[in-house]
Amino acid sequence: MLRFVFRRLIAMVLTLWAVSFVAFAIIQLPPGDYLTTYLATLSSNGDRVDPATIEALRQQYGFGEPYIVQYWKWISGILGRGDFGQSFEWKAPVTTLIWGRLGNSILVEGLAVLVMWFIALPIGIYVAVKKYSLGDYLATVAGFIGLAIPNFLLALLLMYLSFVWFGTTIGGLFSSEFENARWSLPRLWDFFSHAWAPILVLATAGTAELIRILRANLLDELKKPYVTTARAKGLPEWKVVLKYPVRVALNPLVSTIGWLLPALVSSSVIVSVVLNLPTAGPLLLRSLTSQDMYLAGAIIMLLGVLTVIGTLISDLLLAWIDPRIRYGSK
Amino acid sequence: MAVDTVVPAGHVAPAKLKRESQLALMWRRFKRHQLAVVSLWIVVFFYLVAAFAEFLAPTDPSAYSARYTYAPPQGLQFIVATEDGGWAFQPHVNGYKTEVDPKAMRRSFVIDPEVIIPVQFFAPSEPYYLAGFIPMSIKFMGVENPRDPFYVLGADRLGRDMLSRLIHGTRISLSIGLAGVTLSLFFGIVIGGFAGYYGGWFDSSVMRVVEFIRSMPTIPLWLGLAAALPKDWSALQTYFAITIILSLIGWTELARVVRGRFLSLRTEDFVTAAQLDGASDWRIVTRHMVPSFTSHIIAAATLAIPGMILAETALSFLGLGLQPPIVSWGTLLQEAQNIRTLATAPWLLAPGVCVVIVILSLNFFGDGLRDAADPHGR
Repeated sequence: MLRFVFRRLIAMVLTLWAVSFVAFAIIQLPPGDYLTTYLATLSSNGDRVDPATIEALRQQYGFGEPYIVQYWKWISGILGRGDFGQSFEWKAPVTTLIWGRLGNSILVEGLAVLVMWFIALPIGIYVAVKKYSLGDYLATVAGFIGLAIPNFLLALLLMYLSFVWFGTTIGGLFSSEFENARWSLPRLWDFFSHAWAPILVLATAGTAELIRILRANLLDELKKPYVTTARAKGLPEWKVVLKYPVRVALNPLVSTIGWLLPALVSSSVIVSVVLNLPTAGPLLLRSLTSQDMYLAGAIIMLLGVLTVIGTLISDLLLAWIDPRIRYGSK
Repeated sequence: MAVDTVVPAGHVAPAKLKRESQLALMWRRFKRHQLAVVSLWIVVFFYLVAAFAEFLAPTDPSAYSARYTYAPPQGLQFIVATEDGGWAFQPHVNGYKTEVDPKAMRRSFVIDPEVIIPVQFFAPSEPYYLAGFIPMSIKFMGVENPRDPFYVLGADRLGRDMLSRLIHGTRISLSIGLAGVTLSLFFGIVIGGFAGYYGGWFDSSVMRVVEFIRSMPTIPLWLGLAAALPKDWSALQTYFAITIILSLIGWTELARVVRGRFLSLRTEDFVTAAQLDGASDWRIVTRHMVPSFTSHIIAAATLAIPGMILAETALSFLGLGLQPPIVSWGTLLQEAQNIRTLATAPWLLAPGVCVVIVILSLNFFGDGLRDAADPHGR
């Protein structure tokens, strides 16, 4: 097991390195550099620009130096001092801007994963056991529609329906009075009264996919002789299903986090924009449209890092519940 | 892989030995999947709409009219009541009257059933070019007096006809899906093909790259790349740039499919035979291996189109994909971003309905194709 964890950790470090490289490439993409944009903004506002400041900034970010040197300055700043650079638009260090929002992102996405499993598990087991029943067909149709409706469209639809039916707009994660308050019971309640919509929207596509996978896996398992044996020995039906086949069918489900997570992070960006959530998504969009590249790069990188870590956790979980993986990968 | 029929020596050949081509076998198997057949027709319908956009759209998608901002959908009716109490066949739409909402003190349009505006099919119109080069002066439908309002699906913020915009948007959205998949297919076949054929370090490094790209959240990456497009690029340049951006990430799935196929075919006897015959690698790949899995590739490519369409819609919806003078489903949905607008004009969500229908049909069609791709299986 230790050996397996060690191998996965090395792979993760390599992936993280690749993520940082991609994020930096995106920072570098727009024509011109951050300083020219910055100077243009300053002078258009009529601010006087102190040449010493410019020189200091030039030094700090290594503008005009080769790509690899700039990358080194950027990445060593992050690793050494936790410094992601400066956001132009907000005139503040990137780190002060993103942590709170990233926390909200993790919270919403994590809850979405939980909700996904919570819904998919019982339905998946039900449709596999009652194959070709009315419930099975309903779940299949609902699943296909859930897969075909883009998340942001679902968010728009939910927003429209709640406006028409209840006369309220959904959106945001907190009411204004709880925006900056400390976590407390009322704030938690307030959070859930807002967060159900985005969590539900984010969970739909994943739920549909999970039900499909679980159904297929479980159907394969239910045909196997050991199930017949268990039944012949007189185990109650629920125990026959839950005790062995479900546990086996769950394995591939755990490994789905690997591809589920990138999709979830992706769609949460756009759903957050629609529902105006204080997560990393809208900040990323804003920073990209205003070419605030250090902020954008930091967010892209951190979202990537989150995904990679999430995938690692799912890999480790999988190895933990399935000895074949643990011992097979020596 | 045609079916070989072995006729034993001395046996009198049967009167007629029916042999079916691979394509006929596939079609026969595909037909069994009814949902896929229906989906195929829906997809064909949408692509026809895209092809004949200028002919089908009643008006120019950018023609605006300040008088009819957010005019609700008129719908299309065919029966009118005649004066003597009977009815007659007359395609028409109803006119509008304005009402003032006493609470909000806002002017709003209401359909006026009294006013009947006759609609002509194959109506003469201003001359235009179909697909840019066929001169035409007839449209699928139109009203006799061009000054009459004609908004079957309603009007948007600037009083532009939603139906016409939707039809023109179909062209852009569907073609970007095709173009993106074509490009991805090219990368996927070349990269995945060589990885699968040669194996070894090239294969494992390609697969690491594919895994890496697939483990990244795509929307932030796409957004980052799209944001770097210069703002002063022409519509055509942006269109192609977006296509390239989409396929930069889209090739991975196809490369994986191609590689998998190559790996399983590499050890087949006919490949060994070709190698022993001294055929070059290029010839073996293009003449012997690629034809034997074309159908699988087509199915995989079909299943990749919805992703492309969705990605374009999402990017344009966020304002970082195609830019407004271009009409696509994404740019149309951008208008519907705001809840106030949605509440006044829910018909702005019509492009969303199209997106869902097309995505569903393409998925079913692709599934059916994938099952049919192996007509001898099962």
